[in-house]
Amino acid sequence: MKSEYDLLVIGGGPGGAIAARTAAEAGLSVCLVEKRPAIGAPVRCAEGIGKKLLHEFIEPDERWIASDIRRARIIAPDGTAVSLEESMAGSEVGYVIERKIFDRELVWNAAEAGSDVFVKTRASAPIMEGGTITGAIIESCGETRRVHADVTIAADGVESKFARWCGINTTVPLREMMTCAQYLLTNIDIDQTCTDFYLGNYVAPEGYLWIFPKGRRSANVGIGISGRKSTEGNRAKDRLDRFVKERFPEGKIIEYIIGGDPVCEPLDCTVADGLMIIGDAARVVDPLTGGGIYNSMFTGRLAAGVAAKCISGGLCSRERLMEYDETWRRSEMGRVLERNYRIKEFFITLSDHHMNTLAKSLASITLSDFSVKTLVKELTKRNPALLMKLNELKTTLN
Amino acid sequence: MLNIHRDICGYCGACVSVCPEGALELIDAYLTVSSLCMNCGLCAQVCPLGALEVTDEE
Ligand SMILES: Cc1cc2nc3c(=O)[nH]c(=O)nc-3n(C[C@H](O)[C@H](O)[C@H](O)COP(=O)(O)OP(=O)(O)OC[C@H]3O[C@@H](n4cnc5c(N)ncnc54)[C@H](O)[C@@H]3O)c2cc1C
Repeated sequence: MKSEYDLLVIGGGPGGAIAARTAAEAGLSVCLVEKRPAIGAPVRCAEGIGKKLLHEFIEPDERWIASDIRRARIIAPDGTAVSLEESMAGSEVGYVIERKIFDRELVWNAAEAGSDVFVKTRASAPIMEGGTITGAIIESCGETRRVHADVTIAADGVESKFARWCGINTTVPLREMMTCAQYLLTNIDIDQTCTDFYLGNYVAPEGYLWIFPKGRRSANVGIGISGRKSTEGNRAKDRLDRFVKERFPEGKIIEYIIGGDPVCEPLDCTVADGLMIIGDAARVVDPLTGGGIYNSMFTGRLAAGVAAKCISGGLCSRERLMEYDETWRRSEMGRVLERNYRIKEFFITLSDHHMNTLAKSLASITLSDFSVKTLVKELTKRNPALLMKLNELKTTLN
Repeated sequence: MLNIHRDICGYCGACVSVCPEGALELIDAYLTVSSLCMNCGLCAQVCPLGALEVTDEE
C-alpha cells in the first residue's frame, strides 16, 4: 500500500468497485479498501436486479446469473395475486444473481483496470486538514497506516460510518430502516421464472416478504419490515420463520442472511471538501423496492468521473465535487428515488383492506401501458371509495 | 447498559446506522459499543434477531 493515491475508495461493494474501476480506467491511481476478509460475503441482499439496468454496467455472465425472471407477482393480504409480465413491469423484473460471485467480478475488474485492492483492511478515521478530507487512517491486519488521497469516496454501505466521522449526519430514522432476514431455501417447489412479493400488515408491516428463485428448487425467501414494527416475538426473523414453516415446511436452509436496508431520503448533500459519498452510504436505495445494487453502481461511476475531472483540474473542493451531487439528483435515478419515496410514504398508510381492494381491481385490468400514472388513473376510476386516498397519491405524483 | 448477545448477533450492521450517537461500530464480525451509548434502545428494537438488550446494570 502506498501512502498517497489520487483516489481512496472505502468499501468493496458494487458501488466502491465500480468507482475504483472507473477511476483506474480514467488513469487515476486508486486504492480500494474492504474491511471484510472476503469480497461479497456474507451476502446482505435478495440479489434481484433489473435486466436493462444491469446491462449498463456489465454483460450478464452465467457464472453469476442464478435465475432469469419473466414475471413478478404481488400478493395482497387476502391472497389476491396481481401478475406483472416482463413486458409491462420493465425494470422491476430481471435477474436473480449470485452476489458473492458478482461482487468479486466487479472488484476483479477494478483490479484489472489498475486499482490497488486490500481486503481485511478498514478505514478507522478520516484525515482532516483544515476541514478538508485528505485521506484516511487505514488498519490492515494489525498495522496502522495513513493513506492520503486527493479525493476519498465513502462507499461503506448501510453503516455509513466514514461520512459520519467527517461530520455528516448519516443516521437512518428507525421507521425507515428495513430490518431484514432471509434464508436461501432449497428443496422447495417454486416457479423459477417468477418473483413473489407478499404485502400486508400481518405478513410484513410497512415492508414485504419476497421469494426470489435461485435456479431450480431454491430461492431467497426473505422479509423486510419497518424498524418501528420490529418487536419482541415479531422481529424479521420471527415473521420469516412463521411464513417458511407454513409455506415451505419441506425447505432446507442452506444460508442465513440478515441485514438493514435504508429506505429514507438520500443525504442532503453527498459531497464535502475532498469527500464523495455513494451507494447505500449516501442513502440512495429505492425506497419502494429496497433495491440498491444499481443505484450504488450508478453513483459510483458518476462520482469517479467527477473526481477524475476535479483531480486533473487540481481542485477537489465541495463546490467542485458538487457536480456529482447535482448530476445524480437530476438523473433518471434521482427522479425515481424522489417519486418512489412519495409512493412508499403513501403505501405505508394503506390498510390491509385497502390493499385487497386495490389488488382485486388490478387483477381484473389488462394494461398495455403499465406506467404509474395510467395505473393510478385506472384504479381511481374503479374505486370511488378509495378516491380520497388515491388522490393523495396523484397529487404527490404531479 | 447495552448487552450484545454475540451468539445471536449476525453482524449485519442494521443497528449501526440507526444509532443517533454513532456509538456502534462493526469491525468485520465484531460489534463494538462506545461510551457515547445513551441506552436509548433503538438498536435493540431494529435488530432482526434480537441480539441486543438494554439492561439496568451500570
Ligand atoms: C436483506 C436485503 C435484501 C436486499 N435485496 C436487494 C435486491 O434484491 N436488489 C437490490 O438491488 N438491492 C438489494 N438490497 C440492497 C443492496 O444490497 C445494497 O443497496 C447494495 O449492496 C449497496 O451497495 P454498496 O456498494 O453501496 O454497499 P455494500 O454492498 O454494503 O458495500 C459496502 C462495503 O463497505 C465495507 N465497509 C464498511 N465500512 C468499512 C470501513 N470502515 N472500511 C472498509 N470497508 C468498509 C463493507 O464491509 C461492505 O463490504 C438488499 C439489502 C438487504 C439488506
